[in-house]
Amino acid sequence: MNKKDIILKAENISKQYRLGTVGTGTLSHDLNRWWHAIRGKEDPYLKVGETNDRSSKGNSDYVWALQDINFEVNRGEVLGIIGKNGAGKSTLLKILSKVTAPTTGVIKSRGRIASLLEVGTGFNPELTGRENIYLNGAILGMTKKEITSKLDEIIAFSGCERYIDTPTKRYSSGMTVRLAFAVAAFLEPEILVVDEVLAVGDAEFQKKAIGKMQDISKSEGRTVLFVSHNMAAVRSLCTRGMLIENGKTIFFGDIDETIDLYLKSSIFSFNSNNYIEFDEKEAPIQISKFEVSSLNLKGERSNSSGVLMGNILEFSIFVLANQAYNNLKASIIISTASGTRIAAIRSHEITDFIFDSKGDFVFKATASDLKLMPGDYVVTIALAENNTTIDIKEECLGFTVVPNDVYGTGRIPKGNLYVYSDAKWELNQK
Amino acid sequence: MNKTEFSEEEWLFEIAPKDKFFSLNLKEVWRYRDLLMLFVKRDVVTVYKQTILGPLWYLIQPLFTSVIFTIIFNNVAGIKTGDTPAFLFNLGGVMVWSYFTSCLNDTSDTFKKNASIFGKVYFPRLIVPLSIVISNLVKFGIQFLIFVAFYVFYLTQGMKMQLTTSTLFFPILVAIMGILGLGLGMIISSLVTKYRDLSFLVGFGVQLLMYVSAVMYPMALLKEKLPDFGWLIEYNPLAYVIETARYMLLHEGSISISGLLYTVAVTIVVFFVGLLIFNKTEKSFIDTV
Repeated sequence: MNKKDIILKAENISKQYRLGTVGTGTLSHDLNRWWHAIRGKEDPYLKVGETNDRSSKGNSDYVWALQDINFEVNRGEVLGIIGKNGAGKSTLLKILSKVTAPTTGVIKSRGRIASLLEVGTGFNPELTGRENIYLNGAILGMTKKEITSKLDEIIAFSGCERYIDTPTKRYSSGMTVRLAFAVAAFLEPEILVVDEVLAVGDAEFQKKAIGKMQDISKSEGRTVLFVSHNMAAVRSLCTRGMLIENGKTIFFGDIDETIDLYLKSSIFSFNSNNYIEFDEKEAPIQISKFEVSSLNLKGERSNSSGVLMGNILEFSIFVLANQAYNNLKASIIISTASGTRIAAIRSHEITDFIFDSKGDFVFKATASDLKLMPGDYVVTIALAENNTTIDIKEECLGFTVVPNDVYGTGRIPKGNLYVYSDAKWELNQK
Repeated sequence: MNKTEFSEEEWLFEIAPKDKFFSLNLKEVWRYRDLLMLFVKRDVVTVYKQTILGPLWYLIQPLFTSVIFTIIFNNVAGIKTGDTPAFLFNLGGVMVWSYFTSCLNDTSDTFKKNASIFGKVYFPRLIVPLSIVISNLVKFGIQFLIFVAFYVFYLTQGMKMQLTTSTLFFPILVAIMGILGLGLGMIISSLVTKYRDLSFLVGFGVQLLMYVSAVMYPMALLKEKLPDFGWLIEYNPLAYVIETARYMLLHEGSISISGLLYTVAVTIVVFFVGLLIFNKTEKSFIDTV
């Protein structure tokens, strides 16, 4: 590989954080460090750091949010960084965008890095849209001249022409995001760092945003580092991927392989259990278990995460309640393995539950009309009271639909599709 | 393995845990000069928005302070201000003093107030305190105009015009005041990220400092009345600035070259210590704030 092509290189990047309250015991730790230093020994607190697994309780006050991250990015490449919540993705982006310094290691870059860690940074609600374009652009590193030359394009891209001389405090949140993204999209850094911007805005704008990012990398040859939980967006945008888990690089390579590995390894395990149990917390109400099963046409239940095509899906949400609720809603959202949501089953659209005592309950949903094509699916479940979400388990369980002769013709439906339908075909002569 | 192939110049920049002891990237600050001016504009413009009196608020504060000082210190306590009308004497002192305090107060919570921006985007953090000092300079300019207006008014009332060549050096004095406020503010803003106690201390500490900074009395007066505490004012660089400012504008009080040299020395030391601490803090404050 031509070495000129490497635009960004990270060598042994680690970041240590101290848990608990800052300010308690810092002095004693500082003294201990100093005592080790004068005896020529290593910093004791750099050693005791444990890997960052937020679900298990550690013995040390120090954790490594990132440990020995090494990677190289080529010019014009779109690198997708994926991993569970708390895996260290954002910490890595923060280091890349110079917001915080790494504990060890070094990042070398051949180009300017601009970040979109959160759009709209520095927007002042009292200033008009136009003034905010200048302010935000300058914060992101543009000069006034650069902004002026692109002002018309930015305004057109944001679609906020009519409001451009109105203070942004009168904007809707969606408009603010459009304007902010528009500014960032017209930045011209060699390396652009993007974190979850696509979570906001309507579908039309998301499409526009993804298109813009593709333009940036493909036609303008600039490098993008993209962090998102939206696997569909990651797959369509990125060329290579990096999977981070507990602060360590698990995999670095082809994007499809990375996503498959992420989906298979970290969130759920296919073809093993058809249920997942959740740790108990000190909460008034919580989801304790979630189960997927299926019924065949004869009404026989199968407790396997491999669901035969054509079987009726049954979802059971086990709830532990320490108090009574009067308007409880349960939702089940089914997504494809790449993160595209395809169906939602919401209790409050169908019925109301009287839930006036405490104890153990099971919400059971039978989805008799959902005809899924063979493939891997993931389920997100949520519990809400009125409009407040009480408990949510994102993409907590997966199941696989296996091919079956659903039409009884010996011809099994094929294709890279998500749903099929029962159908009656007729041929009539007119 | 192929490390030797990469000469250091090939990389545009590096992000590393600890930089050199003192690294001030002035080139970078210069590249962000537009941001500096936009921050100044934002600070100056947004203050007026949705107020009835708007920029008049810049004038009301020093005017009322001076009126009250005149009543309390000159009419009630009977401090003599020489040939100069007491009100003009106080206005001059208050004007310079409030430039210092607003620079100090506003820069001292740089990190706390901007934590959300600093946590997301990188730009030279120094831009923020610099913009504060400059936007306060705008405010000072407006206050200076009202001072000139009163000066002219008193001239028509028969006050003698006593401007000397030293008046020409007044801008330098203002610069010293600004840099001193900036330096102290940077030190405090950095320490506040770890020890929140300091922000309380600054609040009333600055108020107390005013009484030993010759704001509403001539320097000589304190030394004469309280010879035991004369050192308090002699070691206070702020007192020299205010005394000298009045000398330049009103020919009142005295000018001390050694005192001014001392002030400049203190200012330079404070400013560089401030820069040093600020630079160290900006690298990792986001983890502690």
